[in-house]
Amino acid sequence: MDIAVVYLLLIGFGLLVYVLLDGFSLGVGIVSPLLKDAHDKGIAMKSLSHLWDSNQTWLVFGGVVLFVGFPSVYAYVLSNLYIPITLMLIALIFRGVAFEFRFKANSSQKWWDLSFAFGSTVATFFQGVILGALVGDMSSTRTMEDAVEWLNPFSLFTGLALVSGYALLGACWLIRKTENELQAKVKKIAQRLLIVVLFFLATVSIWMLLEQPAIAARWLNWPVNLWLTPMPLLTAFFAYKLWPLLTSEKEPGLKPLAFAMSLFVTAFAGLVAGIYPYIIPGRLTIWEAIAPDKSVYFTLVGILVFIPVIIGYNAFNYWTFSGKTSMDDGY
Amino acid sequence: MLELVAALPDTSFLSRIQFAFTISYHIMFPTITIGLSLYIAFMEGMWLRTKNTVYLQQVKFWMKPFAITFGMGVVSGVVLSYEFGTNFSKFSEIVGPVLAPLLAYEVLTAFFLEAGFLGIMLFGWNRVSSKVHFFATCTVALGTVCSSFWILAANSWMHTPAGYEIIDGQFQVTSWLEVIFNPSFPYRLAHMLLASFLSASLFIAGIHAYYLLKKQHNEFSKIGFSSAMTAILILAPVQIFVGDLHGLNVADNQPVKLAAMEGIWQTQKGAALRLFAWPDEETESNKFEIAIPKMASLIVTHEWDGEIAGLDQVSAEDRPPVPVVFFAFRIMLGLGGLMLILGISGLIARKAGCLYRFKPLLALSVIMIPAGVIATLAGWYVVEVGRQPWLVQGLVRTADVISPLPAQQVAFTLVLFVAVYGTLFFTYLHFMRKLVLKGPPTIESLIDTFQPLNKLSESRSKQPETLNDEGQDLPPTLNPAQVDMGYTQEFSNYFKTDKKGAE
Repeated sequence: MDIAVVYLLLIGFGLLVYVLLDGFSLGVGIVSPLLKDAHDKGIAMKSLSHLWDSNQTWLVFGGVVLFVGFPSVYAYVLSNLYIPITLMLIALIFRGVAFEFRFKANSSQKWWDLSFAFGSTVATFFQGVILGALVGDMSSTRTMEDAVEWLNPFSLFTGLALVSGYALLGACWLIRKTENELQAKVKKIAQRLLIVVLFFLATVSIWMLLEQPAIAARWLNWPVNLWLTPMPLLTAFFAYKLWPLLTSEKEPGLKPLAFAMSLFVTAFAGLVAGIYPYIIPGRLTIWEAIAPDKSVYFTLVGILVFIPVIIGYNAFNYWTFSGKTSMDDGY
Repeated sequence: MLELVAALPDTSFLSRIQFAFTISYHIMFPTITIGLSLYIAFMEGMWLRTKNTVYLQQVKFWMKPFAITFGMGVVSGVVLSYEFGTNFSKFSEIVGPVLAPLLAYEVLTAFFLEAGFLGIMLFGWNRVSSKVHFFATCTVALGTVCSSFWILAANSWMHTPAGYEIIDGQFQVTSWLEVIFNPSFPYRLAHMLLASFLSASLFIAGIHAYYLLKKQHNEFSKIGFSSAMTAILILAPVQIFVGDLHGLNVADNQPVKLAAMEGIWQTQKGAALRLFAWPDEETESNKFEIAIPKMASLIVTHEWDGEIAGLDQVSAEDRPPVPVVFFAFRIMLGLGGLMLILGISGLIARKAGCLYRFKPLLALSVIMIPAGVIATLAGWYVVEVGRQPWLVQGLVRTADVISPLPAQQVAFTLVLFVAVYGTLFFTYLHFMRKLVLKGPPTIESLIDTFQPLNKLSESRSKQPETLNDEGQDLPPTLNPAQVDMGYTQEFSNYFKTDKKGAE
C-alpha cells in the first residue's frame, strides 16, 4: 500500500484511539461537577487514576506520528492554531495534576475537583475548536500561505459538540465503574447527554454539508454515497441500542460505553471520508506532504513492532483494575 | 495599551524564552524521577529478596514523592512535544525527518511503557502479586531510561549532526546509526543519567538527613541516608570524570562553546583557567579575572602549552551569550565539587562511626537537596545557550526557524505559562513538604496491611486484614517483635562499612 495512505491511517488510528480513550477520561472530568458530593467526585476521579496517563499518551503519539509522516503539516497546523493548541495543553495540565494532588489534599480537595473539571472541559472544548477550525476552513481557494481562521461560530459550535460527546463517553465509563445510587445518577446524566449529542451530531453534519460544497459533493455523489449513507443509519442504530441501557435499572456493564464509542467511530469515519485525501482540508494532500522514505519506513518498523505490545500491556492494566472502583487502591 | 504592545520584544525572543522556560521547568522533574525510580526498584528488590519490611517502608514512602514528581513531569512534558510545531514551525519542517522519528521511538518505547505500568506500580498493591508489582516498578524505571536515550540522541544530534544530507532545504537521513550515535551522544547520555542519579541521591539523602536531624523515623532514615550517601560517594567522582570527557568532546566539536565556557576571548597557547571573571562582550575581555596560569590548556589539551581557540575564531554574531555560558558552567562545577565533598565527608563520618549523628554533615545534606537539580539545569544552560546562535550546530540558525506568530500571542501564552507553572511549582513544594512532614508509614502498619509475600495473587478479592489478624501467619522477619533486630543485622550486613553507626 501507498506509504502516505498508511501514515494517514496510522494518524487516524492514533487520533481515534485518543478520542475514545482520553475522550472518556476527559468526559469524566466534564460530568464530575454534576455529581453530588466530594465522595462521588472522588470515586469518579479514582476510576481513572491508573490509566489517565496512558490515555493521554495517545495524544502525544498522534502528534508525533503526524510529525514523522507529515512534518510540514505538523508545522503548519500547530503554528496556525497556536492559541487553541496552547490553551488545550495548559488545560490538560490542570486536569493531570489534579489526579496527583487531589488524593493527598485535605482542605484543598474541592479546588482539585474544580481543577479536574475545568481542565477537562476546557481541553475538550479546544480540541473541538481545533477540529472545527480545520474542517470549517476547508476551501479550494485557500493556499498554504493563508492563516487558518480558528475562531468562528462553526468552530465554537464543534467545541461544544465535542464537550457533549466526551461527556457522554465519560458518563458511560462511570456507569461501568460505579454502583447503586451513584450509578443511577450517572445513568440519568448519560440519558440527557445522549439527546444533546444527537442534536449536535445532526446539526454539525447539516452545517458542514451546507457550508462545505466539497464535502457535500462527496456525500451526495453516486456511488460514493453508497458506502457513506450507512454512517448516519449506524449512528441512529447505536443511539437506539444505547437508550434502553440508560433507562433500565439493570447493570449494563461495559455495553453503554461500547455503544457510545461506536457512535464516535461512525462520526469519525464520516468525517474522514468527507476530507480524504486532504491532510490539511482543502490545501494539501497526503502525497504532497509525506516525509522522506528513510524517515517514514524507519518509524513504521517501530510502530508495527511496539503498538501490539503497547495494546497488550494497556489491556493488562485495564484488566488489573477491572470491576467497580474501590477507594482502597492507593499507595 | 498600545505602548505596551509596541514595547514587546519580538516573536523570536519570546518564543525562545518560552521554550527555555517550559523545558527548564520540565527537566527538573525527570531529573529526579529517573534516579528515584531506580532507587524504589532497588528497595523493592531488596524487600522481595530479604522479606524485610524496612525496605518496603522505603518503597512506600518514596512512592508518593515519586508520583507527584512524575505527574509534574508528564503534564509539563506533553507541552514540549507540541511546542516544536507551535513555536518553531520552520525548524519542525526542515529538521522533522531527522528528529521526529527519534521522538516517535521515545513515545513508543518509553512514554507508553511508563504510563502503562505506573498505574500498577502506584495503585496495584492489592491487585497483583508482589512479583508482578516489582516487574511494574522495574518497567517504569526502564521506561525513564529509554526516554533519556531517545531524547538525548535527538538533542545531541543538534550539537553534533551526523548521518544526514540536505535536499531542497530539508534534512534527510543517510544513516540512522550515525544519527542516533552521533559524536556527542554517548557522553551526553552518560553525563545526564549520572546527573539524574546524583540529583535523586541528593534528594533522598537530604530528606533522610532532615529526619535524622529532627530525630524522627530514625531506623527508617538510616537506611535511606546510608544508601544515598554511598551512591553520592561513588557517583560524584564518576560524574566528574565523565564530565571531563564530555568537555573534551565539546572542545573537539564545538570550540566556540568551549571558549565561552572557559571565558577565553583570544586564541592562545597555555591558556589560564579562569576561576572567576566578569566576561564583557563589548570589550571582548574579562574583568576581575582570577586565574590559574596554563591550567585550562592542561585540562583541555592535556599539555601545558596546548592551544585553545578563543571566541575570536568566529565573528561576534556567531558567538553565544558568553556570560550566561561562563557562569552557568561555574555553577555546575562548583556544585559538582560540593557533591564530591559531601560524598567524601560521608565516608569519613561513616568510618568515624557518626554518619547518622554528625550534625554539620546532616545539615549540609539538607541544604544540598536541590543541588543536583540546579547543577543539571546549569549544565543544560551551558549546553544549549552555548550552542547559540545555532539551533543545529553550524547549519540552522535559531532566529531563522521561528514560527511567524504575532508577538502578542506568544507574549500572552508566555505570561500564562509563567503564571500556571509558577503556581503549580509552589503547590508541588507544598505537597512535597506535606509528604515529608507526614513521614513514612510505620513498620507495624505495613505488616498489618501487607499479606505474606507471593500470596497476593491467590487472594485478589480477600480482605488483607483477615489474613494478618494472627501474628503466627507471618514469616519471622515480618513479625513486629523481631523486625528491629532483623533490620539492624540485615542492614549492617548489607552496608558492611558501617557497624557502629547503626546503633
